[in-house]
Amino acid sequence: METLEVMKPGLLTTIQDLGRHGYQQYGVPVSGAMDSFALRIGNTLVGNTEAEAGLEITILGPELKILEDTAIAITGGDLTPTLDGKSLPMWETVLAKKGAAIAFRGPRSGCRAYLTVSGGIEVPQLMGSRSTYIKAQIGGLGGRPLRVGDRLKTIPNRQPRDFVGRRIPRELLPTYTGECDLRVVMGPQDDQFTDEGIRIFLTSEYVITPQSDRMGYRLVGPKIAHKTGADIISDGIPLGAVQVPGDGMPIIMLMDRQTTGGYTKIATVITVDVDRLAQTKPGDRVRFSKVTVEEAHALLKERELRVQGIRDLIEAKPTPPAAKAGARKFRVRVAGKVYEVLVEEVSRAS
Amino acid sequence: MYTEPRYLMAGDGGVLVQFGTTISPEINRKVRGMLLVLEERRIPGIVEVVPAYSSVLIYYDPLRIDLKDLLQKLRELEQVGLIEEKLPKSRIVEIPTVYGGEYGPDLDFVAKHNRLTQDEVIAIHTSVDYLVYYVGFSPGLPYLGGMSKKIAAPRLETPRSRVPAGSVAVANQTIVYPTESPGGWRIIGRTPVKLFDPTKEPPAVLRPGDYVRFVRVKGKEFEEMARRVARGEGGMVLTEKG
Repeated sequence: METLEVMKPGLLTTIQDLGRHGYQQYGVPVSGAMDSFALRIGNTLVGNTEAEAGLEITILGPELKILEDTAIAITGGDLTPTLDGKSLPMWETVLAKKGAAIAFRGPRSGCRAYLTVSGGIEVPQLMGSRSTYIKAQIGGLGGRPLRVGDRLKTIPNRQPRDFVGRRIPRELLPTYTGECDLRVVMGPQDDQFTDEGIRIFLTSEYVITPQSDRMGYRLVGPKIAHKTGADIISDGIPLGAVQVPGDGMPIIMLMDRQTTGGYTKIATVITVDVDRLAQTKPGDRVRFSKVTVEEAHALLKERELRVQGIRDLIEAKPTPPAAKAGARKFRVRVAGKVYEVLVEEVSRAS
Repeated sequence: MYTEPRYLMAGDGGVLVQFGTTISPEINRKVRGMLLVLEERRIPGIVEVVPAYSSVLIYYDPLRIDLKDLLQKLRELEQVGLIEEKLPKSRIVEIPTVYGGEYGPDLDFVAKHNRLTQDEVIAIHTSVDYLVYYVGFSPGLPYLGGMSKKIAAPRLETPRSRVPAGSVAVANQTIVYPTESPGGWRIIGRTPVKLFDPTKEPPAVLRPGDYVRFVRVKGKEFEEMARRVARGEGGMVLTEKG
């Protein structure tokens, strides 16, 4: 079923799911959504499993025409989406009718928005994933960003209207500012840096440069000194690895990173902080602080409980009897707190 | 080589098992051993493994396996994996290669740089079986070891923005570009065989421990072989190393 047509492609709009796992041993990067939290929640909103493919929209969004009635959601960075010229609420399932137009007015906060469609975007899976890896032209639509005239198919789904109106309380949503505190686990090559180099790394502010993309974020700031040199015998590069080449400026390696590399890695950004990093732009500032692996694991477990809570909240059935016609009451536990939510339909997006 | 491997934390989802910090076939055999035993005894919670010259990066899901348990299991496996007799025999993968001319625009440079004739460069390049240490960096790219220093050449100062897939090149080592990509190595030839095909399982032909043998073929055979490869008829000969 063809659901979307690309009228304007935007700066960089690609099809992404949660990545291509298991193929790094063949030299294939993982790829996938930079902000996986936003894609997962977006999928849940439109009634999909978390791992379906959606559109990753970067800074300047595309213009899309709806070819069939469907339910959509836009999550992640606020790039001011509109539906037929009217402001389109984010983190909420919206009915998009045949002939309607989705556009973006420009970035307000964050860097990447995710558009999910009921059923999920249908392109062939390559090595177990639909994610686009542009450099090797793998996945997505011909391994390239979207362009004018592309028509995107979606996998047929149940009644998309069933999901319309699902939304998430504001206090559960991430906020994106121009400053980002990143927690790191030190290593694997922190022993190759001087004590002063490590002190500088953990106490300084670094600015994200325009040479930042899905492969990695290049930062500038105080120079980080090595003991002897920046080169190592190449080894695997984990997600979030902070590489420091000879110039002493850190590079944070992200979804499209090469599988192996020969620069020292002073530390690795913890998993739960990658999503927020993915929402920063050139000119934004980051700081690093040290945590233990155990602390990082505890934070990840906490985050997954929160995601589960949000999922429960989204998928909760109304508790009868409803307070008044058209209103539905939900009772949900999120991160240890119980929420009672009354959802009242004011007007349907048309 | 370390007497015992080092386990280094690579963030909250990775453990780097390091067998040494030099490039040698002996250390690489330990990498292969570890890969093999990890493949045999799939540990639930391990997401994927990334071998390199002297290490294996193990990605795990901390929601599925506790780090302490993972480390303990890895130490047990390490004992099994390091028994070298268990390693299967290496394969020799013959890669038909057309040298020089339009297929190898830098062959002349490499010859002159080393005061050799073009034929001598080709003879030296085809005389060695190159060990595949691992496949990485970009899709299907093999890291090969064993090239004679007699045909080494400095890299281009400005890398080419497009190197055709299958290009065979040299610098301090030799390389085959499996996909079209930018590259700064000196291109001496090209193979019509596909080292990487995302629609195949596994997508890369070469694996750690294989040996690559370049076999010289004539330029006029290139197009015919390329057509055969396009029809899915291979073009590569695989044998066991005796």
